[in-house]
Amino acid sequence: MNKEELTQLISNLLQQMDGQPQVKASDYKPLNSGPAPAPGDYGDGDFVQDVSALDLRKLYMVENPANGEKFRRLKEKTPARLGMGRAGPRYKTLSMLRFRADHAAAQDAVFSQVPEDYAQKHGFVPVQTKCKDKEEYLTRPDLGRCFDESNQAVIRKAVPNAPKVQLVVGDGLSSAAILANAADCLAAIRDGLKLKGIETGEVLFVRYCRVGAGDAIGDVTDCQVVCMLVGERPGLVTDQSMSAYITYKPHTGVSESSRTVVSNIHPQGTPAVEAGAYIAELLDTILKKQVSGVGLHLEG
Amino acid sequence: MQSKTLYSVGLDVGTTTTQMVISRLQVENQSSGFTVPRMVIGEREVVYESPVIFTPMENQLVDGKAIIAFMDAQYEAAGLQKAQIDTGAVIVTGETSRKENAHQVLSNLSGAAGSFVVATAGPDLESVLAAKGAGATDCSRQTGQRILHIDIGGGTSNMALIEEGQVVSTGCLNVGGRLLKLDEHGKIQYKSPVLEGLTSLKVGDSPTLQELTLLAQLLCSALEMASGRKPETALLRQLETKESQRPWIVPEGELTVSFSGGVADCIEEEKDPFAYGDLGVLLGQAIRKSALCAAPYRIGRQTIRATVIGAGCHSTALSGSTVYRKNVSLPLKNLPVVQIPYKKCLEADFSAAVREKLQQVDSANGVLLLKDLPQMDYAMLTAVATQLGALPLQPLMICMEQDFGKALGQKISLLYPDKPILCLDGLLFDGQSYLDVGSPVGPCYSVVIKTLVLQKNE
Repeated sequence: MNKEELTQLISNLLQQMDGQPQVKASDYKPLNSGPAPAPGDYGDGDFVQDVSALDLRKLYMVENPANGEKFRRLKEKTPARLGMGRAGPRYKTLSMLRFRADHAAAQDAVFSQVPEDYAQKHGFVPVQTKCKDKEEYLTRPDLGRCFDESNQAVIRKAVPNAPKVQLVVGDGLSSAAILANAADCLAAIRDGLKLKGIETGEVLFVRYCRVGAGDAIGDVTDCQVVCMLVGERPGLVTDQSMSAYITYKPHTGVSESSRTVVSNIHPQGTPAVEAGAYIAELLDTILKKQVSGVGLHLEG
Repeated sequence: MQSKTLYSVGLDVGTTTTQMVISRLQVENQSSGFTVPRMVIGEREVVYESPVIFTPMENQLVDGKAIIAFMDAQYEAAGLQKAQIDTGAVIVTGETSRKENAHQVLSNLSGAAGSFVVATAGPDLESVLAAKGAGATDCSRQTGQRILHIDIGGGTSNMALIEEGQVVSTGCLNVGGRLLKLDEHGKIQYKSPVLEGLTSLKVGDSPTLQELTLLAQLLCSALEMASGRKPETALLRQLETKESQRPWIVPEGELTVSFSGGVADCIEEEKDPFAYGDLGVLLGQAIRKSALCAAPYRIGRQTIRATVIGAGCHSTALSGSTVYRKNVSLPLKNLPVVQIPYKKCLEADFSAAVREKLQQVDSANGVLLLKDLPQMDYAMLTAVATQLGALPLQPLMICMEQDFGKALGQKISLLYPDKPILCLDGLLFDGQSYLDVGSPVGPCYSVVIKTLVLQKNE
């Protein structure tokens, strides 16, 4: 597979939204309020401003509006690209550049690797699924859910006694999300669990990780609950969104409906530390009720 | 997460009338179920409205016993038990709040109304509640209009300036329909002390219609001045109320005036000037002919009931849905709130600064409102938690707008295990405020903010 085909594949992946947690527009909030000035016109030889640094929610670009300020305030409630103006029937240059920049950031988040020394820096135990590289990871979802013998041995050694909660960080489809949120979120989860008297052991870092890898970790460690922080498939709003997938009694073949998910963990959604505190409480509830996923929702 | 219903009671003991409403607030989770919950108050529905009665008085004092009896009768008529009431507000407004026993009555009533019903008085909150109850804030939010809402009652006029659905400023003047009372023979039976120096009429006189009309026009011109429709004179200062933080508003720029209160019913309707034996009808007519009604104006969705409906439906707000509480029993009432810029938390003299702020409100403890919190990572969270936890406050009560309540509370609790802690987020308010915290509603808490309520998510 050459680079071009791969790029096409990622494009398709980005477009398929099914299987991803559904997030409402209202779950996103602007980072800070107040209007932002629209960039002025560019002359020949000028530097073009970094288009991805603009907060689109605060920018209203329609010319001669009846009430632009009102529209701008409405815009703050959604990440959708509204009120961008047009040039004839087409986008304005800024809209077009921004769209392509966001799309490129999403692709980069998928393609780039979590740095080699990431696990060591945070004191996590690094393991790798059966995928040998990013290309295989993207083309073979099945391999991203299991470990070879040597990696299983690493996990077994790191987690010798069946723990109540096994914490896992997985790169998933966005390394940017992991770098931005995972360590802070994890620290808050561990604090919360400590308050509840739940001890946690080594944290596993899984490279080329899909959510199902948590089931394989369940098989090996015999933990009661696995909580995996994983990078979400990036969209055009942010490439930093992380989710936590929590499964009670994880094992290979467990039903997807038995997973509880907390998605949208990023600065514009739920801040990492606050999500961590919430997840810790959720883990305690799941351990007490001995159920996760749809069953937990049914319990109320 | 299941939706939950709160029953909220509003009781307004005004200068002239007393009334009560019971409303049902529907609490729902607005998030998708795949994210952290976000509870909000959705539907607000009035389920019971009492008759409007004259405020029972005895020897110029509020007759608390009669009001409690009235309240009990309303619960019975509504078919609800006091124990079912979750929240609400009892307010004593206008001239009644100046009666000697007002405070005593207020706290007795609050206790008698239900386990978590807050007692509030003060024209600022009253202005906000009237504006919300009359639908002026909704109107502003929907149309984008800048609205000056005036609730004209028996003793006072409460004003609220609303921009984009938010009350940005309040004011209160001693202008009302019942500052003068006439008996059935047209003789003056009562003259409010606030009219001293404004009219030569006195108790026992039989004023002519023209004399009364002139007085009503005089009162009306104070409202015109306060709304910026007429140049200010000394009259405005004379009619200011001492309880209000800012006695009047003189807004600049374009705005729509909106009315509620008993007098609002007399603006458009033709009525016998002596229908109520007071100045109300004449004041309404004066307003219709004044600069207040020269431009488009609106009569509130509610008029005489605006304040009580505001108290019943709009006094309660919800905290954020991820918050922290340990060993703090609820409800908590009348907690003074002091504002602390978050940067202060990281400075060496933090403890002294907090002590000083609390001294300013004459209190040994209070709620610390952390202002302008940035996006906090774990290291910053730990630093802030360490400083907060070291404060010699028992319990430690913190609130903030940004979504960090649970993480911060949890971190403090871990660092200082013996500390009772209440840490709420999702709350935004300004100015001198007091906070009441009710019982938990799902993952969050019902709160009543007694100030200019600049509440989010509305």
